[in-house]
Amino acid sequence: MSMQTAPSNAAGLRRDERLERLTLFGLSSPAILLILVVLVIPVGWLFYVSFIGANGQFSLENYERMISRRSYLRIFVTTFQVSLLTTGLCILIGYPFAYFMSQLPSRLANLCLITVLLPFWTSLLVRTYAWLVLLQKQGLINNWAISLGLWDEPLKIVHNMTGTLIGMVHIMLPFLILPVYGAMKAIDRDYLKAAANLGASPRVAFWTVFFPLTAPGLFAGALMVFILCLGFFVTPAVLGGGKVIMVSMQIVSNIELFVNWGAASALGVVLLVLTVAILWVASRFLNLDRMTGGGH
Amino acid sequence: MLNWLKSPATDTQVTHGQRLWLYVFAVIVMILLVTPTLIVIPMSFSDSQYLEFPPEVWSTRWYDNFFGSSEWMQAARTSFQTAFLTMLVATPIGVLAAYGLHSSRFAFVRLAFVLMITPMMVPLVLVAIGAFYAYVKLSLLYTITGLVLAHTVLALPLVVIVTGSALKGYDMSQEQAARSLGAPRWKAFLTVTLPQIRFAVVTSALLAFLTSFDEVVVAMFISGGDNPTLTRNMFNALRDQIDPTIAAISTIMILVTTVMMVLAQIFGQDKKPEA
Repeated sequence: MSMQTAPSNAAGLRRDERLERLTLFGLSSPAILLILVVLVIPVGWLFYVSFIGANGQFSLENYERMISRRSYLRIFVTTFQVSLLTTGLCILIGYPFAYFMSQLPSRLANLCLITVLLPFWTSLLVRTYAWLVLLQKQGLINNWAISLGLWDEPLKIVHNMTGTLIGMVHIMLPFLILPVYGAMKAIDRDYLKAAANLGASPRVAFWTVFFPLTAPGLFAGALMVFILCLGFFVTPAVLGGGKVIMVSMQIVSNIELFVNWGAASALGVVLLVLTVAILWVASRFLNLDRMTGGGH
Repeated sequence: MLNWLKSPATDTQVTHGQRLWLYVFAVIVMILLVTPTLIVIPMSFSDSQYLEFPPEVWSTRWYDNFFGSSEWMQAARTSFQTAFLTMLVATPIGVLAAYGLHSSRFAFVRLAFVLMITPMMVPLVLVAIGAFYAYVKLSLLYTITGLVLAHTVLALPLVVIVTGSALKGYDMSQEQAARSLGAPRWKAFLTVTLPQIRFAVVTSALLAFLTSFDEVVVAMFISGGDNPTLTRNMFNALRDQIDPTIAAISTIMILVTTVMMVLAQIFGQDKKPEA
């Protein structure tokens, strides 16, 4: 008897399980549908439009323009320049700061953490505006510096590259500090004691033991900053004063001023492909869950 | 003081004195992180057109300007309405998706998770012009519905990540116990699982609200007409000139963010030590 029912029972259970998997998966369908309709399909359409020329036929002219025209080349150079400089400055400022926090007793460290989280959650536009007010010719920084005798004439520190970098670094710093700090907190202090015990000076112990252990966190943070910078719009648009033109800004003016969807789409496609390529290469070296916080 | 400088700061006998540069550096960084945003608050109460600090004459004229302008009020209404609706839409959809992806062993779960995260990875400008194009076809341009849908897409990754990581730390066998005692799955989820991940759900909801409330680039393209958002109008005003009214609005936005974060601290924090 049992020999006879077992196979059919097993088949039924398998069917039930398959059904359950599907039903559970189906719970994510509203989210998937929405992302498809609002994001994936329109971006797919932009991809298509980028290959349509001015005459309505298939053409590569939108991509050729990027290579042949000097101005487009300059935009890509600027974008990489701003992204690399911002990432570099964030590492130089953020890493020591995260190290500082990791050495504090946890109550004090949490207090310092607030100073990182407060700007992190403040609107990007508000922070960009704040820097515009501070850095302008009659702004606080120029006024104070002149009254302190640091410089004599109001310096031009906004509506150019300097202003853009100051604003970008301020906005991106938390993205670097948080993962680095997380990596540092996870390190067992006994490793450093062991290194000291074996005769390593604090400097040697830091560079051979501590730093390598924080490298994945640093890499994840730097990657996040770099990728966010590549597609950044608001801060360079406001603080750059038209002198720092990044890819995203060219996309916007292609639509708003020239109503050239082909050109805008092609730039967007290049930007997206760059982002995905960097993420893909990075994912070969690193578990990207760190970036999304999925690892915790 | 001198003794403190000579006392060891670490197990490896580095003294506080040797670390002094780090302390000075860190204090400067903290000041630079926090003050630029906070300084806008007193400046917004300055009577001067040039936003002095400290203000020589205090006044609320920029606030009067804001609350007296029907355009700004309209924008504020749109922003709050959109943010609130985004929270109401993104939270349940995102929690459902996080739960579904967490508990299903379907083959495409990994792919679906990547799809959920894409809105975070695609450059915002591309999302914006894509949505702009789609909304022209769907006649959703300049509507609250359209804005809410687009902002929901942007908020979904946060909801899925925050709720998903809470589910990772949750023991699903509790739900199985409820089901083996006869509760249907949905009931087991609502009465057993949801109460235990509620902190993550509340945090997700507040993040969804802020995502929408602070969003600029997408709103620049798809909001307008009768329904421009605050951020869209602020951005346009910034391009023209430095209008001190923006300082007043910025202060209000900082206030909204702070309230949200305090709420998250109160309602979104798990008091139990294991989480």
